[in-house]
Amino acid sequence: MGIIRKALSSRPVASLTSPHTIDHYLDQIHPMLAAENVRARVVEVIQETGDASTVILRPNGAWKGFTPGQHVQFGVEVNGTRRIRCFSVSSSKAAKKDTFSVSVKAHPDGYVSQFLHNELQPRTIVYLSQAEGEFVLPRVVPDNLLLISGGSGITPVMSMIRTLRDSGHRGNVTFLHYARSNEDEMFTSDLDELAEQANVTVQRIYTRKPEPGVELKGRFHVDHLKHLGIDPTETLTYVCGPAGLIATVRDTYTELGAADQLRLEYFKVPSVDLDAADATGTLTFDDAKIEADNSGATILEQAEAAGLKPEFGCRMGVCNTCVVKKNHGAVRHVISNEISANTDETIKICVHVPVGDVNVAL
Amino acid sequence: MTKNAPIKPHSASNHNAAPLSLVNAHSDKKATIGLDLMTYEQLEEFGEELNTVRQRVLDDLGQKDADYIRRVIKAQKASEVLGRIGIFMPFFPPAFIAGILFLGLAKILDNMEIGHNVMHGQYDWMNDPMVDASRYEWDNIAPAKDWKHGHNYIHHTYTNIHGMDRDIGYNMFRIDEDQPWYASHRFNLPLAFILMLIFEWGIMYHGVELDQYLQGKITKEDFQGRKKRALKKIRKQVFKDYIAWPVLGIALVPFVGWWAPVAILVANIVANVIRNVWSFIIIFCGHFPAEVQTFAEEDAQNETRGQWYLRQLLGSANISGHKPFHVLTGNLSYQVEHHLFPDIPARRYPEVAEDVKLLVEKYGLQYNTGRLSKQVASVIRQLAKLGHKPDDPYKIGNSPESKALRRAKREAAAARREEEARAPQLTS
Repeated sequence: MGIIRKALSSRPVASLTSPHTIDHYLDQIHPMLAAENVRARVVEVIQETGDASTVILRPNGAWKGFTPGQHVQFGVEVNGTRRIRCFSVSSSKAAKKDTFSVSVKAHPDGYVSQFLHNELQPRTIVYLSQAEGEFVLPRVVPDNLLLISGGSGITPVMSMIRTLRDSGHRGNVTFLHYARSNEDEMFTSDLDELAEQANVTVQRIYTRKPEPGVELKGRFHVDHLKHLGIDPTETLTYVCGPAGLIATVRDTYTELGAADQLRLEYFKVPSVDLDAADATGTLTFDDAKIEADNSGATILEQAEAAGLKPEFGCRMGVCNTCVVKKNHGAVRHVISNEISANTDETIKICVHVPVGDVNVAL
Repeated sequence: MTKNAPIKPHSASNHNAAPLSLVNAHSDKKATIGLDLMTYEQLEEFGEELNTVRQRVLDDLGQKDADYIRRVIKAQKASEVLGRIGIFMPFFPPAFIAGILFLGLAKILDNMEIGHNVMHGQYDWMNDPMVDASRYEWDNIAPAKDWKHGHNYIHHTYTNIHGMDRDIGYNMFRIDEDQPWYASHRFNLPLAFILMLIFEWGIMYHGVELDQYLQGKITKEDFQGRKKRALKKIRKQVFKDYIAWPVLGIALVPFVGWWAPVAILVANIVANVIRNVWSFIIIFCGHFPAEVQTFAEEDAQNETRGQWYLRQLLGSANISGHKPFHVLTGNLSYQVEHHLFPDIPARRYPEVAEDVKLLVEKYGLQYNTGRLSKQVASVIRQLAKLGHKPDDPYKIGNSPESKALRRAKREAAAARREEEARAPQLTS
């Protein structure tokens, strides 16, 4: 199949089907049949908690596989409209070869995640991208590894730890997970099982409803590391979760001089403060010749409010679908709060708010 | 007098921008379009009523519209594959001829009901890359990007305004009484016949905008970008239709004879000509029949949405027919409805036409429509009649009278610019 796929995606074939691609034709025979378009059939939807679910997918041959920690753009079609969001892969790379899964916590106003949790049926065909993202384990995993996650940020980390388990990794792995309560925790039985392995330490901390008898309490603190006997300067650390958790971990590691051991992935865009002082000036959409008063929302939201339809994927600064050229002006990253004012730079408009007058090529 | 707020652009058709109002920065004078037919208040009401119709359809878009365009795409692809197979059987004339017809049909469907409509952004709400206006490229020599600018933006915004809509006669024909006559217009009819056969090349050339560049209206970079894109698209299309597929036909030589690749080449040429003739006829019937009106720039400046709509209504003409006919025209047989609502899926035009007709009756307006034969005859008569040298010297482009008039206009404009340049200094 590999040779056929290669031949179908080759330039001679493309020049015969130009201006369309071979997938435009294959799609007419069957939507799963494609040289490059990644599609998958839903095998099963498992409800993990009251608002989180895991979707097991069987991808078509165009899928090139994933590295634990990566995410995919996941599109479902509802009433003729394809809706796309980024979801993390949660399954083990070393287990089944022909399926993988994504896990999602349904946001109250997240259309796709709600649909996934409540309505997605087995056998539905979904539209995917190839796996993307830099938040991945190194090829050679060091002997000491710390994985920290908060809330639904557990999904990419879960994929990592499951893969390590299934590939027979012998090094020490510590998994520190923060959830609001036991009911809010995904993958509970898997975590219980992992905890029984000799080289794995699983520490769960419930911030709202602490379990009786657990010594560690509350949000992330440097004492939690000390209690687990971890030396941050010598432990490769992955952290994924809400911005608050990441900021605390990053500050702690910077203070301890261990910032180079840290790998981060944000998992929810903090809501933007609309009354912030930088909600001034005019946002100009240069290509469309539209100007709007800066409302303080992200450039993506302001573009949509102005009637434009920029492309977007994850809406949380991960997938790089929404990047556009900023002609001039200063923008603030809503997660890191960094301000950049370079002219002619490309920015992800889903996580940047304008500071004063900004002109973008939209 | 307060200035009208500019019309808000209609969002969904935002592919190289469309349609905005024509604003005169120097004058608050209201546009005079339609004031001979309705009061200014009626015009505003008319605009509101059409906006409501548009919104009603936009709110109703869903699975049915998605299924429809996918069905058309399926038919187009099937027809193309059948066509390609058919023309590989030059030894069996019935299959060979059917192949040519299928290939022609595929190109017609791709260019009209799919390409033209998708590139208007009619299916952008589906968020499917295959029917996305910014990504769609059609099976036509003209590159999509420049076509979208010239068509969606220039033609659909400044429809039938002299000096602004480059589609009035395509800089080639005199099709309207108010266009100046030049000697080349004596050949209106034979030139139109030639253009009909090579229409896709005409569309491509129109999009390169050489005339605009020579008049200094577009920059050199802009022009060179257009030229580069056109050359690239020409290479791809020519390679596919006239080289790659015929070369594959060499495999038939041992069985059929040396002429097999030539037959395949000819079949490709004929299929392209079929599409050219068909799209030429439909497009010329959309704006060039005699009853279609054109407008002067001064009359359209500062127009309201209602006036913009009215200009679209009076500046277009429908062709009546059965459903398969409408699909083959890309529903451009509903040219009036298409011009009123360029961004709603074309399959909705028949339904919208009912609302438009009610409004036309209500305000006693003109609604241009007729059978294909009638519209074609009208276009031919127009081309023939307006090709003759007019008696009025002001209608002749390079008569001394016209030259004097143009010079006077140029000088007036220069004087106005000079005055404006001086004005701020006076106030400071």
